[in-house]
Amino acid sequence: MTFRIFSGAFVAFLLFACAAFAQGTDPKPLFNQLADANFNAAEKLVAEIAATGNPRVVPALNAFSEGDLYFRKSDKAVFAAKAAGSQLELIDPVTGESAGQVAKSAVTKIKVNNNLRRAIRAALGGLTLMSPDRGARLSAADAILRAPSAEALELVEAALVKETDGEVKARMEEARAVSLLSSDRSVDEKRAAIETIAGLGASGLGVLNSVSGTIDPGLKPDLDAAIASIQNEQQLWNLAQNVWYGMSLGSVLLLAAIGLAITFGVMGIINMAHGEMVMLGAYSTFMVQQVIRENAPGLFDWSLAIALPVAFLVTGAVGFVIERGVIRFLYGRPLETLLATWGVSLILQQAIRTIFGPTNQEVGNPSWMSGSFPLGGMTITYNRMWIIVFSLTIFFALLFVMKKTAYGLNMRAVTQNRRMASSMGIRTPWVDALTFALGSGIAGIAGVALSQIDNVSPNLGQSYIIDSFMVVVFGGVGNLWGTLVGALSLGILNKFLEPSVGAVLGKILVLVLIILFIQKRPRGLFALKGRAVEA
Amino acid sequence: MSFKAKLGGALLAAALSTTAFHGAFAADDTIKIGVLHSLSGTMAISETTLKDAMLMLVEEQNKKGGVLGKKLEAVVVDPASDWPLFAEKARQLISQDKVAAVFGCWTSSSRKSVLPVFEELNSILFYPVQYEGEESSRNIFYTGAAPNQQAIPAVDYLAETEGVERWVLAGTDYVYPQTTNKILKAYLMSKGVAEEDIMINYTPFGHSDWQTIVSDIKKFGSAGKKTAVVSTINGDANVPFYKELGNQGIKAEDIPVVAFSVGEEELAGLDTAPLVGHLAAWNYFQSVDAPVNAEFIKTWHAYTKNDKRVTNDPMEAAYIGFNAWVKAVEAAGTTETDAVLDSIIGVSVPNLSGGTSTVMPNHHITKPVLIGEIQADGQFEVVQETAAVVGDEWSDYLPDSKDLISDWRKPMECGNFNVATGKCGGKGS
Repeated sequence: MTFRIFSGAFVAFLLFACAAFAQGTDPKPLFNQLADANFNAAEKLVAEIAATGNPRVVPALNAFSEGDLYFRKSDKAVFAAKAAGSQLELIDPVTGESAGQVAKSAVTKIKVNNNLRRAIRAALGGLTLMSPDRGARLSAADAILRAPSAEALELVEAALVKETDGEVKARMEEARAVSLLSSDRSVDEKRAAIETIAGLGASGLGVLNSVSGTIDPGLKPDLDAAIASIQNEQQLWNLAQNVWYGMSLGSVLLLAAIGLAITFGVMGIINMAHGEMVMLGAYSTFMVQQVIRENAPGLFDWSLAIALPVAFLVTGAVGFVIERGVIRFLYGRPLETLLATWGVSLILQQAIRTIFGPTNQEVGNPSWMSGSFPLGGMTITYNRMWIIVFSLTIFFALLFVMKKTAYGLNMRAVTQNRRMASSMGIRTPWVDALTFALGSGIAGIAGVALSQIDNVSPNLGQSYIIDSFMVVVFGGVGNLWGTLVGALSLGILNKFLEPSVGAVLGKILVLVLIILFIQKRPRGLFALKGRAVEA
Repeated sequence: MSFKAKLGGALLAAALSTTAFHGAFAADDTIKIGVLHSLSGTMAISETTLKDAMLMLVEEQNKKGGVLGKKLEAVVVDPASDWPLFAEKARQLISQDKVAAVFGCWTSSSRKSVLPVFEELNSILFYPVQYEGEESSRNIFYTGAAPNQQAIPAVDYLAETEGVERWVLAGTDYVYPQTTNKILKAYLMSKGVAEEDIMINYTPFGHSDWQTIVSDIKKFGSAGKKTAVVSTINGDANVPFYKELGNQGIKAEDIPVVAFSVGEEELAGLDTAPLVGHLAAWNYFQSVDAPVNAEFIKTWHAYTKNDKRVTNDPMEAAYIGFNAWVKAVEAAGTTETDAVLDSIIGVSVPNLSGGTSTVMPNHHITKPVLIGEIQADGQFEVVQETAAVVGDEWSDYLPDSKDLISDWRKPMECGNFNVATGKCGGKGS
């Protein structure tokens, strides 16, 4: 409420100031008052600074919302500042000129909280609506869209007259509509505004709901109709969104399970250390990013691409050693294999904990993995989208290796009938080792992708091991397609259950359904047929 | 030959007996304390830091000459994030190693598991983590925050400063979030918040796919009222939660999230630039501007030989608990449990935010509540600080505990005294 009142005051000031800019007050003393202001006083000062209408205060206000505004302890003069080595370079808030460098201890940061940031954003929105920079005008319109007020209306309308860019104009029209709703304009104008907002979809819902208690009774039917139409549309999009979320969860399951589909599915090794291969892949990504951060920060966006082969080689090599060192002595003894690989998994976890410490490591998201874009009524995040693409790519590449290459043929021959393959001159121990290394390497690649959405900690692998076995068993042991279908159907089932029964119960229900399913079809969705099964 | 062997044997025996004697002598000269934190398993991520902090405090105390003229000796055991193992290790520390007091536990499950052991063997546990309250034991000191020292002030801040009217209570599915959310719901409804303006959501431990829940929060927030999320999400699940918030573009200015389990340590694995402005409520932040804190951070960096290691709230709670114990032992002149239990009540020690914390008769302590906003460098900036608050073990907002109080001083010596019936005994009875 107070926000509206003061923003009203500042806009009135601003209009006045625009008309007679020459008389505009000097913003500099206002900035200096910030040194002693508490949050409420600072909010009022921001409004007054904006009300001077001086466009040169924009960078300083931006700095304030970023927390880069300081005051000098000696004379309480306020400056924007940026880091210059271990010191701070002070910048005059109005002229933008440098005022020399000082030690960090010589200045105090002026604190900013969410309310203040909101106020600054609104103030900046008013100041930059007419900016020559297209991006600035667009974000100014966005700022008003997010914090609509009747007072911003005239500013937007003035800016609209001059606006030529199509996209900015459309955004300003929307900003005008949301501001108009809370103003005292005529019913007809408001009716048109409601129509515009109805076209905004989900983001318009909040605005419409917020005025539903105070609006003109004559407009109430229009408003309710608009709200209902958005909600109806949302329901359809919800369905699409659930499918998308399900595919996304499915792709994560697929990534986690696909290496296991080889070591457990094809080779029949109950590999409890599979999760730790995923974890090693994630730590390889961390190491690669560390090296890049220190030596070539410009390459950061490529860090994942570089991490892929590194993770594959590292985990593949570890897998090779495990197979040669432990598992090859235990073929045909599943219980011992289970215990031995479980031991290996504990050793690997503790080794990582000793080397890197027990806390999470920060794996950054390259810019193309961050953020989201709207698609109709749903929001699609880039990281999830790329993970879906990535997991499918790995799946088909693996399928190609298994089905179309000589190595894949050897591998299938050995797992189906070891003695006959051996008689044909295939070096079976070598094939075993390479296959296990391949499965481990793929798990490592999965770790690269999972490091983008999950914690990189020594426990990373544990959270995936059960899900991985679940997917492979459900899909059908030994069948890659089964793993794909199994992962996607479990993901989608989970995401359709989650909104209605909650995440906890949803997970339990999925497990119960799988148990029932396995009772009915012990070999999973796609059971292998033929003599190989009996061997 | 045989003579030489005999001589050698005699010498060896003599050497052994001196070391044995020396060993016994040395043991008499030290006071042992137990450190009961998981160093492996899921909780190692949080608890290892506390183990390090305890070892540092012991080392610092020994530099100052120890306690009662004796050196302190820390006995570290690893209960491996396994709740029943906590009880076993606690028993081992008390009966076998004869420790004077134990500092440890993180989850409420582990505390509940060791509680009967401490009561049976009459030893002392200092528990350094924020918890859900609804408990008071003669043998346990709760130096972390009770709900009224963390959750309720945080909700008040959001309601008053940010004008929040609609609440999402999101938590991990176990006892701390469930109880805290029960208290918060009762509190919010007592403040006139309608039931449909409160959404409660639970997720399993280590939940990593937050897409549905974050988009539900977004939808819940589009009802035209200012909305905030109160998060009791625990441990590892926080990183993917915050990543999803950042990616779906939910800014703190639109829907702020206030967390009770996210501190400097948890943020260390995250790029915090998209999270600036989200909040946390604690009794301590590393960024607190106080000389005692600067000194503590310096010692910590020197001890860990890593100037990037962060400090956090449970470390402060461990610091307060340890110093209170040292002071109480010195006042009592002995490490004997009953004497220390008597002398510790009323003991005041400096906390790291520049004030003092006092051990109250209900075995909780006084401390200020700090609300901080996440900054781009992974630290918090304090936006509000209250005066020191007394930890309230039995919540005033739950019907079956509002009449209970706890006072371990003589002659009452009761952990659940019912002021309505005037009797000491079972919850609500």
